[in-house]
Amino acid sequence: MKPKWQVWANEAKAEFPKANSALLPLLHRIQTEEGYLSENTINDVAELLQLPVPYVESVVSFYSLYFQKPVGKRVIHVCVGLSCALNGSDQLMHHLEGKLGIQEGQTTQDGEVTLLEAECLAACDLAPVAQVNLRFVAPVESADALLAKEVNS
Amino acid sequence: MSQGPYLLRNQVIADIDQIDVYEANQGYQPLRKALKEYDPKALVEMVKASGLRGRGGAGFPTGMKWSFLPNDGRPRYLVVNSDEAEPGTFKDRELIEKNPHQLIEGMIISSYATGAREAYVYCRGEFLYGAAQLKRAVAEAYQHGYLGENILDSGFSLDIKVYRGAGAYICGEESALLESLEGKRGNPRLKPPFPAVAGLYGMPTVVNNVETICNLPPLVENGPEWYRTMGTEKSPGLKVMSVSGHVNRPGNYEIPLSTPLRSLIEDYAGGIKGGRQVKAIIPGGSSVPVLTADKLDTPVDYEAILAAGSMLGSGGCIVIDDQTCMVAVSARLVRFYREESCGKCTPCREGTFWMTDVLERMEAGAGNPRDLDLIRDMADNIAGKCFCPLGDASLGVVVSAMKYFEDEFEAHVTEHSCPMGARLYDTVNH
Ligand SMILES: Cc1cc2nc3c(=O)[nH]c(=O)nc-3n(C[C@H](O)[C@H](O)[C@H](O)COP(=O)(O)O)c2cc1C
Ligand code: SF4
Ligand code: FES
Repeated sequence: MKPKWQVWANEAKAEFPKANSALLPLLHRIQTEEGYLSENTINDVAELLQLPVPYVESVVSFYSLYFQKPVGKRVIHVCVGLSCALNGSDQLMHHLEGKLGIQEGQTTQDGEVTLLEAECLAACDLAPVAQVNLRFVAPVESADALLAKEVNS
Repeated sequence: MSQGPYLLRNQVIADIDQIDVYEANQGYQPLRKALKEYDPKALVEMVKASGLRGRGGAGFPTGMKWSFLPNDGRPRYLVVNSDEAEPGTFKDRELIEKNPHQLIEGMIISSYATGAREAYVYCRGEFLYGAAQLKRAVAEAYQHGYLGENILDSGFSLDIKVYRGAGAYICGEESALLESLEGKRGNPRLKPPFPAVAGLYGMPTVVNNVETICNLPPLVENGPEWYRTMGTEKSPGLKVMSVSGHVNRPGNYEIPLSTPLRSLIEDYAGGIKGGRQVKAIIPGGSSVPVLTADKLDTPVDYEAILAAGSMLGSGGCIVIDDQTCMVAVSARLVRFYREESCGKCTPCREGTFWMTDVLERMEAGAGNPRDLDLIRDMADNIAGKCFCPLGDASLGVVVSAMKYFEDEFEAHVTEHSCPMGARLYDTVNH
């Protein structure tokens, strides 16, 4: 456990009247720094908020944006929702898989990039849409352009 | 009376996300007016008189919802639903990213009207920027005396908190949202009790959509009669429509309700790309039935769209051209519900799983003649048998597409391939 997590836990608890409500904000804050939520981290968070470990685990596993395994420095979400699919998102995904040499759901060997599918990201006017570490990149011109700007720069 | 746009002023006023620009354009004047000239009851009456209906999907009358709060002295909460994850819908993102003060002003007015002393915005986890914009704007509003203790010397006090979910469409359903806001898994609650009676932390709670609440500042400024100069008796006022898919100018458009669908697609969104024809329109987000091109003259309002065989829903209008395979469209959308089913009940969890499988198999040319009946059978086993509306929502497009485009579904199994050549759209991951 890192000392500042205690501070963050107290801040989250102060903001929301019931301690449980501090859970999601605290998990977000820790994951942003750590990259993912390891078993140890989950134990620490449970302790900090005085919640049962299985409870924290079950919450973490419910939400798709919490990662329980290590991810790359850059997590690329490619929207495969209908409006994006009508504008070439599947082809974009295949090209990214080819260029990165990985399949959707995987991380490159050098630990740089994790490639994930996203459901509609509420930016369908900018299709095809991607997010890099939850920052919108849209419309994506091509797989090459996305990688040049977001990964190889 | 000012000229429109009213909800999308960000499209004509640069930097309106900054508080000084917002204030310079009459921002926070409606709040002053509300606090000075109205008591809470009168505001609720005004919202009732305007006929404003909730913009989150169900179209429930907002003033009526507010008047359901029990008068029993318990603390009340206002919770704004910014979970926006219904495929094809992207209006709330623009509203919070580009004009956060409008929502905050609407929330202060709504909280004053409903007696809430604490209000929350629940943003979907992917709205990292939108949530940051809101947090910054909330901090500015405190500095300028619009939030906190004794707002503008009115005696009314309010705190606003911005909360981020973590990736789950089901958290847009209001009771699942409240679970998530309480730090739990986002499983829907049994209703009743409705949130008005037992909502956040068990207290009386109003849950409203972002766009619904954004209507409050112009409504207070211009009055309910003005609101009723637009739209129809049952669907008065303005609606932000998100238009996407095969159109030349996808985007959010603020329209007076009952503007014809054709005008929305042709005049506002610039018509279909490449001079092709409309094949189908999903007018209200992925949960509603498709309309065919012969329905293009339908006015965009709650009753007319319903009479045409669909629903206005969230206003996410997905336009599909004549080169597109409706089996592929259906497969993609049912797959969405499979991914987002919370897993609590069997018909939804298993039904969306198998239905996706069959549709993707058909699209890949590996379907068999019994598949059409199989899909109908699965649909019967989902319809009306699920714990929350997500299960039924998964059927809107596939059932209607099979009705209007049955030949196309049949051709997939008789020809063992996609007759459209699966060109625009390679859905298949086999
Ligand atoms: C599966 C599901 C997802 C929903 N998603 C949203 C959403 O993202 N945003 C929203 O405002 N309402 C959503 N709703 C509707 C809410 O439950 C609720 O009716 C709405 O927030 C009420 O606000 P309104 O009266 O202002 O429309 C969803 C409902 C269901 C069943
Ligand atoms: S219908 Fe689906 S989303 Fe709703 S409670 Fe059942 S499993 Fe969960
Ligand atoms: S479908 Fe990709 S952002 Fe909506």
